Amino acid sequence: MTSPLEQKIKITGPVVVTANRVGDGAVVYRRGDGGWTTDLHDAAVTANAATARELVTAAIADDLRAVGPYIAPVTLTRDGEVRPGNLRELIRRHGPTIDLPVTFGI
Amino acid sequence: MYVYDDLDRTLVTERVAEFRDQVARRLSGELTEDEFKPLRLMNGVYLQLHAYMLRTAIPYGTLSSAQLRMLAHVARRYDRGYGHFTTRQNIQYHWIKLEELPDAMADLARVGMHGMQTSGNCVRNLTTDQWAGVAPDEIEDPRIWAELVRQHVTLHPEFSFLPRKFKIAVGASSRDRAALRIHDLGLRLHRNGAGELGFEVMVGGGLGRTPFLAKTIKAFLRKRDVLSYVEAILRTYNEFGRRDNIYKARIKILVHELGPEAFAKEVETEWQNIKDGALALDPAVFAEIAGRFLYPAYARLDDNPQELAQLRRADAGFEAWMGNSVANHKVPGYSIVTLSLKPEGGTPGDATADQMDAVADLADHYSFGEIRVGHEQNLCLPHVAQRDLPELWRALEAVGVATPNVGLVSDIISCPGLDYCSLANTRSIPIAQEIARRFHDRDLARQLGRLHINISGCINACGHHHVGHIGILGVEKNGEEFYQITLGGKADEDAKLGMLIGPAVPYAQVADVVEDIAAAYIELRERPDELFIDTVKRTGVEPFKERVYAAR
Repeated sequence: MTSPLEQKIKITGPVVVTANRVGDGAVVYRRGDGGWTTDLHDAAVTANAATARELVTAAIADDLRAVGPYIAPVTLTRDGEVRPGNLRELIRRHGPTIDLPVTFGI
Repeated sequence: MYVYDDLDRTLVTERVAEFRDQVARRLSGELTEDEFKPLRLMNGVYLQLHAYMLRTAIPYGTLSSAQLRMLAHVARRYDRGYGHFTTRQNIQYHWIKLEELPDAMADLARVGMHGMQTSGNCVRNLTTDQWAGVAPDEIEDPRIWAELVRQHVTLHPEFSFLPRKFKIAVGASSRDRAALRIHDLGLRLHRNGAGELGFEVMVGGGLGRTPFLAKTIKAFLRKRDVLSYVEAILRTYNEFGRRDNIYKARIKILVHELGPEAFAKEVETEWQNIKDGALALDPAVFAEIAGRFLYPAYARLDDNPQELAQLRRADAGFEAWMGNSVANHKVPGYSIVTLSLKPEGGTPGDATADQMDAVADLADHYSFGEIRVGHEQNLCLPHVAQRDLPELWRALEAVGVATPNVGLVSDIISCPGLDYCSLANTRSIPIAQEIARRFHDRDLARQLGRLHINISGCINACGHHHVGHIGILGVEKNGEEFYQITLGGKADEDAKLGMLIGPAVPYAQVADVVEDIAAAYIELRERPDELFIDTVKRTGVEPFKERVYAAR
């Protein structure tokens, strides 16, 4: 398995750094101030490879708070809203695309 | 039902304490994720897309009502009110928090349950026929043998770091309900020409990116030799299995590359050195294990009691359920009842905590407190008096587990797919739900007859798509979900891998394709009772392929 640090960072559009929170596994995004947020809108967004590398390097060093950081694509709407850039990230952000089974409970 | 002894209880309790300490050290920063990951995996704890996942073993698919109630409690207290029964007779919780995992494991340990060896490169949870001990065509209860092997391989230091995971299934019936040929090791108890009981040993089965059916390397193995022979196989695999390439590390690759004969020769050489040693079966040990399986005190009852026959005539719904979900039992007056976890609109294999509690109560009332989990992702009540079937049916209907679709087109085996799994490329569950919607007409489903659809959201094949009568495999192409379709696979005693029918189709067209295949089958079959799988065998996939791709 190649370490994310060793991966060649190729960026073709805006990205964020995302991971899972250690305590509960929740999806988190790296903020510009070095913290983590569960809100994609508060994530640090960059389209610059060097900045993305800095973000992910710092995120990997923060092993106590987050697991498995990586760079994920996002899209920006005209009014600046940040959205997940692919289906996998959409599901991580919003949860399964199906109704959870509790709705079928008795 | 198997009754755990003090050793089992101590083992499980000590493991909880150990894991509690490991979690505390991880949360405090004393352990890095790299250090912690192998420890959590040894307890069945994965990290999925949006949460941790806990996989809990249900050895040989047998549960007591107390255990099922505990599974419901864990779902309610630590998860989001439901659990997912898998194709390997495990249950998975998809929203568990690491901080709460030690408490969840401690609760599971109170009923002897755990996640040990549900992950990692070790011998995984042993599986068997969910009808073990009650099937009329069974020679002997295969769970006793599964338990014997389970005890031997649990925390066995030599087999805790195999080249890759190792899955064993045991069967003892003429019909294979345990999918023996798609396991790393399948053991089939049968009688030889001299009338003696022994095992057919099949090795090197498995699906994933390189699917193989297991090859028989020994047609008849005496019962006394089962542990030593399993040990010889594991030792041969441990020595010669590849560790340089994860994609070539399973025993199926070793058996394929060496050839079954050469592999069998290596096993035989090793076995000759150990077969008369400590692993030769001690009848006292076997008797003790067998004695821990408790069987119900069945009443003397007649088959087909009057009240059953009356309701079958009077209520078409009951008759449909009887014909579909109720099977013959080896004891007169009793039946085996399958509980469908495939309601229309539901997720295959999911059960809510309320459903689990209700099924546990019904098991106490109608099935001597015992429940089974099958690899088809349904539950089963194994000891139901036929006179109780009308009452039980009404109760199961109220719980939502009496959909009469067992073995039919909407009884779909599906992995969790991209909705949960970090390995998946594509979604599986919405595909299963859309197909079930298209075939919600029960008359149409009955007209189609036995038809198994298996869906996997990636090449790892957790949905066993290679052995589906219709297999559906999700593949990603340029960020879009596409699905390859195979036909003709089966996982029974005549196991076969399905044939690809052509280029992958987009997400939105999968259910249309399945409808086209079903329509082609209706036209192609020679008579109404020719099963789908038999039609495919007779005609090949070409006529289906033409039908599917002519319109696209």
